[in-house]
Amino acid sequence: MKLTLTVNGTERTCDVHPLARLLDVLRRDLQLPGTKEGCGEGECGACSVFVDGKLVNSCLVPALQVAGRDVQTIEGVAPSTELLDRVQEAFLKHGGAQCGICTPGMILAAKALLAEHPQPTMAEMREGLAGNLCRCTGYTKIFDSVLAAVAKTEAEGQP
Amino acid sequence: MSHKLSEFVARSATSLPEALSLLAEPADADRGPWRPLAGGTDLMVTLAAGTLPVGRYVDIWPLDELRGITVTDESVEIGALTTYTDIRLHPLLAKEFPLLGLAAKETGAIAIQNRGTLGGNIANASPAADTPPALLAYDAELELLSRSGPRTVPYSRFHSGYKQMDRRPDELITKVRLKRTPSDAPGHTVHYYRKVGTRAAQAISKVCFAAFARVEGHRLLNVRLGLGSVAPIPLRCTRTESVLLSAPLDEPLIRRAEATLAYEISPIDDVRSTSPYRRRVTLNLLREMLSRCQVRSDST
Repeated sequence: MKLTLTVNGTERTCDVHPLARLLDVLRRDLQLPGTKEGCGEGECGACSVFVDGKLVNSCLVPALQVAGRDVQTIEGVAPSTELLDRVQEAFLKHGGAQCGICTPGMILAAKALLAEHPQPTMAEMREGLAGNLCRCTGYTKIFDSVLAAVAKTEAEGQP
Repeated sequence: MSHKLSEFVARSATSLPEALSLLAEPADADRGPWRPLAGGTDLMVTLAAGTLPVGRYVDIWPLDELRGITVTDESVEIGALTTYTDIRLHPLLAKEFPLLGLAAKETGAIAIQNRGTLGGNIANASPAADTPPALLAYDAELELLSRSGPRTVPYSRFHSGYKQMDRRPDELITKVRLKRTPSDAPGHTVHYYRKVGTRAAQAISKVCFAAFARVEGHRLLNVRLGLGSVAPIPLRCTRTESVLLSAPLDEPLIRRAEATLAYEISPIDDVRSTSPYRRRVTLNLLREMLSRCQVRSDST
């Protein structure tokens, strides 16, 4: 099928099988390798992206279900090439990323969490990130990073 | 992947009548009948694993008329495409049918809850699914629709064997109906849900126990037990329910209920647990559920 969708604000078109995984469409057909493949079965969250503003596992979304939809990947998170999103910045500064495979999905899950809970409790944070597995950090530095992003948001008075 | 993607046919339905027309088409010699595809959280896993049957799939995700929660004086109707996230966030469901929100919260994690649907969870027919026990505890009804019209099936009779269900290939599950209880009903209610697994998120249950009870004094006026992962189907335990309704709730009655429940379930050994463990845990959960009924009756 000819698939047309919006990715990170730009309309893109490609020719794919209707049941191709959104993950493969992004990485292979649209040359956006920022989205990672971990388990490929919806358990690990490495392939998380936003579809119409909702966090999803792109390995479980068939191409035909994103026709005409709005997709945001990790490549679309930073406002510009010079400037990082505050969650990205916090992950860099507080050691939230080690090997980096879980990081794109983790950052998107963290953004989904902060959109719903701007000042998450520990329980809300654990639940919001429960679908994203990290085998390096032990999660402590990831939680630290998210809390640092919250603190920065509060300090600067920005949403 | 053991099947090539190119062997599969799939298209999005643009309307409910179109979806029903496709489902009503005779089975293709090579690819069988059209089968519905909803949020994809189960189907895409089996596609990647190479275990999804080669076939024709009609994507019903665009059909907004199958989404949403409608409340009337008598009932709550949940559209088949309603996601776990929608269920979790609905205030009336949380108040009157809390087991559903608890089940939705323990299904996968946020990204799965945003895509997984109630109808899909039912049609996938896994005996380990998290919402079916809650639906059994509330004695839900399913509405199925085909070109010949709607049909209502009590959910407790929907699953007939492992992955077997009372759905014709031309039918689509369109809604789940829950009867609301009048506010002047006697006694008080106990809603109990517990999923036992390796962790709260993502893990598939070893045992899932959902129960609804109406209690007055030391007697159960009504009780419904819905269990997951202890039989080939999501299991309503009506024999145990009958025992529990037969006399005031005391230790001898609990023992009889345990013995009956042990007889009603048929758990197996598999990658997630063993039969003896599941049996022991199921009886422990029955006891925990009944202790909540007793606590409440002692305090009134």
